[in-house]
Amino acid sequence: MFADYSLAELGSIFVMQGFAGLILFSVFVLMALGLAIIFGQMGVINMAHGEFMILGAYVTYFTSQFFLNYLPGLFGAYFFLAMILAFFAAGALGMAVEWLMIRRLYKRPLDTLLATWGLSLILQQLYRSVFGPREVGVELPSWMMGSISVTDTIEVQINGLFVMGLTIVITVAVALLMYKSAWGKQVRAVVQNRVMAGAVGIDTEKVDRYTFGLGCGIAGVAGSAFTMIGSTGPTSGQLYIVDTFLVVVFGGAQSLLGTIASAFTISQAQSTMEFFLSGSMAKVLTLLGVVIILMLRPQGLFVIKVRR
Amino acid sequence: MLKSDRTFFLRPQDMIGIAVLAFLLIVILPLTLDNFRLQFVGKYLTYAFVALGLVLCWGYAGILSLGQGVFFGLGGYCMAMFLKLESSSVEATKIQTTPGIPDFMDWNQITELPYMWQPFNSLTLTLIAVILVPALFAFIVGFAMFKRRVGGVYFAIITQALAAIMTILIIGQQGYTGGINGITDLRTLNGWDIRTDSAKTILYFVCVALLIACILIAYFVKSSKLGRILVAMRDKEDRVRFSGYDVANFKVFVFCLAASLSAIGGAMFTLQVGFMSPSFVGIVPSIEMVIYAAVGGRLSILGAIYGTLLVNWAKTSFSESFPELWLFGLGGLFIAVVLIFPNGIAGLWQTYIAPRLGPLFGGTAARRASPPATPPAPPPSGSAAPAAAE
Repeated sequence: MFADYSLAELGSIFVMQGFAGLILFSVFVLMALGLAIIFGQMGVINMAHGEFMILGAYVTYFTSQFFLNYLPGLFGAYFFLAMILAFFAAGALGMAVEWLMIRRLYKRPLDTLLATWGLSLILQQLYRSVFGPREVGVELPSWMMGSISVTDTIEVQINGLFVMGLTIVITVAVALLMYKSAWGKQVRAVVQNRVMAGAVGIDTEKVDRYTFGLGCGIAGVAGSAFTMIGSTGPTSGQLYIVDTFLVVVFGGAQSLLGTIASAFTISQAQSTMEFFLSGSMAKVLTLLGVVIILMLRPQGLFVIKVRR
Repeated sequence: MLKSDRTFFLRPQDMIGIAVLAFLLIVILPLTLDNFRLQFVGKYLTYAFVALGLVLCWGYAGILSLGQGVFFGLGGYCMAMFLKLESSSVEATKIQTTPGIPDFMDWNQITELPYMWQPFNSLTLTLIAVILVPALFAFIVGFAMFKRRVGGVYFAIITQALAAIMTILIIGQQGYTGGINGITDLRTLNGWDIRTDSAKTILYFVCVALLIACILIAYFVKSSKLGRILVAMRDKEDRVRFSGYDVANFKVFVFCLAASLSAIGGAMFTLQVGFMSPSFVGIVPSIEMVIYAAVGGRLSILGAIYGTLLVNWAKTSFSESFPELWLFGLGGLFIAVVLIFPNGIAGLWQTYIAPRLGPLFGGTAARRASPPATPPAPPPSGSAAPAAAE
């Protein structure tokens, strides 16, 4: 299959596809980060994660509309406000859901799966009724449009670069929060031994609620970033949920590093294959590869050893 | 409730239950519903096969598969391939570039029948394939995963991924599978026109008969020693393993059984509805099938049938009058069945109605002994409930 292309062309193809893969990677990482916190740290299957992401995307859309209509002068900066709003909107919804539903189900992970699926159906229909069934896209500020030519054949889009930069910032922030802050220490303590954590005075219920909220909030930010590269509809979230779960499981559920590594592997494999095969076959092969590897190595790529 | 003194696998109340269901499906519904509605019931009943499989697999053995649609689809596609080949005879398709192959292949520039379609020229092979292909697939998946002790949520996620893969594959490989439209325009089964009203009525009764046969199989499995090992495995897997049982083999078996049951449903679906498409394979239908079993009661074989009928009836009537409300209803049902009545309709029946009916049929003590609807999964508090819950 490579015979039709010259060497230089092949190089460009790999770089361009690699770049497309990096954008996919950023979306995966942003979505998977929230999921890794919720699933990996709390053991809760949140099937509505995609809908939290879409909530963030809608918040971003409405913020951009607001700026467009009332503050056109500041339009270039709307995204930063939108991101913060998206974080708090999705996080608040997440905390409400945890309080109403999830906390009754911690001992029944399969049932959380069903309940959150129900939640995702309700949210989808809610978005459809409130925001309409059509997909909406935000208008990018002018500084985010266009692309940079690296060589004659290689171009990179600025919005893609921006999303990648954002991903790095958020990943670092989450890592710092989980591994360097007092709160992160509490979360990890609760994960490793809930009873003991409670015994030393950690309010485990509160930690649970904020952890779930944080995971959903990050999903909201992911949705915000998602608007930079794609349009948003009521069911967009569902398209990514299976991939994201595979990313998290493939990486080893409790390891943030594993999540990033697996997101990288999956997205690069998919986007490189997409060029040579049809999109659907690339996806089938990627997912199938992941499933087969998971069958051979169920614990995922990276494992944290915890004495139970 | 230990059943060591019985030799027959049905308890009296099970027989009454099956008889009531059979009476409802064979006499009452055909007499009260017009043909159009009866065909709907027939379609719902094909999903009941899946729910039945899920009761065994999920309720009794604790394995939640979110990929049952794959098996439903495999069974349905096997049947559809046979019917399609029969309706694409050389004279029926003589306007095509290559006569004698299904029309969608011709549209996709395929000039001869693909290798994997060849066996489906024969009805016998097709009927064998309907049962065996899904079972084989389930065996491969189950064997790979249960031997490595993958279970619980991981199994659920991976089976869900399989459902996604299968849908993408079917849609992507248009020339071989009919793509997103599926396999349509099915006409005859061995020369017998399946599109007429009378044929559909006959197929309805065939479906009911098969369903009752499958219910009997399910009861047999449940009351056998195997059934008790499954329950034991769900509640304390390690103890069963330490007692010398190979847990994985039992899981593989029940997963394969559930797959075959779903496939029978799929095949009946194709026959009654007259087409098969990837929209019955993917993530959404697969998880919806779980709710049928959950609403009926994940521990009740008969409950699953009523659950399927009820949810589908609600879906049809809501979608007809308030389409936008249906997803709210379905979503609410998912949440309610988990939070409020985890043992479904059967659990409600057991708690509120059966104790009142008890004196009429005898066996009161056993009924009274069954605890109120406790969620089955979490050991140790729930471990006593499932054995008595049916």
